[in-house]
Amino acid sequence: MIEAELSRSVARWCPGATGVAGVARLSGGASQETWRFDIAHPDGVIGAILRRSPKGYGAAPTRAAGLAAEAQLMQLAYEAGVPSPRVMHVLVPDDDLGTGFVMQRVEGETIARKILRDDEFAAARPLLARQIGGVLAKLHRLPLDKLPELRSRDASQEIAEFERDYRSLDWPKPVFELALRWLRDHDPGPAAETTLVHGDFRNGNLIIGADGVRAVLDWELAHLGDPMEDLGWVCVNSWRFGEIDKPVGGFGSREELFAGYESAGRKVDPSRVKFWEVMGTLRWGIMCGGMMQRFREGPDHSMERAMIGRRASETEIDLLRLLAPRGS
Amino acid sequence: MQDEPTPIELTKSVSDFLRNDIAPLISGHQAFKLRVAVNILDLVTRQLTREEGSDAAEVERLRGLLGVDGSVTDLNRALAERIAKGEVDLATPGLAEHLWATTMDKLAVDQPNYASYKRELSRGG
Repeated sequence: MIEAELSRSVARWCPGATGVAGVARLSGGASQETWRFDIAHPDGVIGAILRRSPKGYGAAPTRAAGLAAEAQLMQLAYEAGVPSPRVMHVLVPDDDLGTGFVMQRVEGETIARKILRDDEFAAARPLLARQIGGVLAKLHRLPLDKLPELRSRDASQEIAEFERDYRSLDWPKPVFELALRWLRDHDPGPAAETTLVHGDFRNGNLIIGADGVRAVLDWELAHLGDPMEDLGWVCVNSWRFGEIDKPVGGFGSREELFAGYESAGRKVDPSRVKFWEVMGTLRWGIMCGGMMQRFREGPDHSMERAMIGRRASETEIDLLRLLAPRGS
Repeated sequence: MQDEPTPIELTKSVSDFLRNDIAPLISGHQAFKLRVAVNILDLVTRQLTREEGSDAAEVERLRGLLGVDGSVTDLNRALAERIAKGEVDLATPGLAEHLWATTMDKLAVDQPNYASYKRELSRGG
């Protein structure tokens, strides 16, 4: 347990704190953990979240921005008015907790199916597509000179990277080949404007309350690139959770998303959004293949991982619906 | 020739046991894992039921498209290569129909409740 370390840590940076309670591990793999806990304080309990890599797990995977960058991005987003948890503390060696940060806990729901079905969110649902457009516009306007160091990726580099990932699986899939050809034939080239791209902005990585979007989470895939990538990814069918006629996370239409984005003063390029939706669908399909490979080669020999391998065919039907639609 | 019951009947009996007798006894993460296990057995049952027929039809279509013979794996590899090289594309007669038929057969095994699949099925398979 990490309760003792957390207690000592909060005493140093949270004036008046008398200890911690309710420490519980939420999720994450071996290299990255999420914990929830409460900070006991005379003015009232403060809900908090710890994101950390335990000691000995310093190196971030190649595509990940790293926890320090994630903390910096969330704080910048918070200051710019993007719904985001306030970062309370970035871990230092004296904390003896590894690397990472502590943020304010935002109450709300992240489980996509609940957000799409529960009565609690019925009033928020019709507003979300437009709201998401506004949130993305703010996010894409974060000043580049204040950002931490991030990898930079344009469309051509992404196609090449996914092709390499796919070929390394030795998993011949005619539908994926067709998608790769389509992407190369429709490569829009570098974007007119390079911005911060969240990289995993979708239903499931947003905290939603009765009033709408309360926080944007999981910044680990943030990079510099084409802002239309985020608009395409949020429309990938895998994140509609069954509500297939509402492309934006199962909440609403592309038109509402685009209107929210443009009313916040930014321009949408619908053909680029479509390109990134196809790219995103293929990306999730290849990730399913990666899960299958990790299941097969260990160390994660779980049934859940095995079954994700069998979800690649979902992206195949979605790619066909995008690239070779049948008569309506 | 192996004896009976068939693999389909055997996996189905295990799945029924887990669902009816064990699921009511457990909760939390274990119950979640059990649901995954039951889903796996049901997938295996669907594959055992359908694979022979769908593979035979797939090979038949692939032979027509490619003009060569081989196993379902070899022919898929050959089609993937031809698409990668640009020798075959959506303008090639029969390709779109083949990919649709093959994909529908996969979803029937993998995720028959997937909304895109159910929508396409309602168009007539």
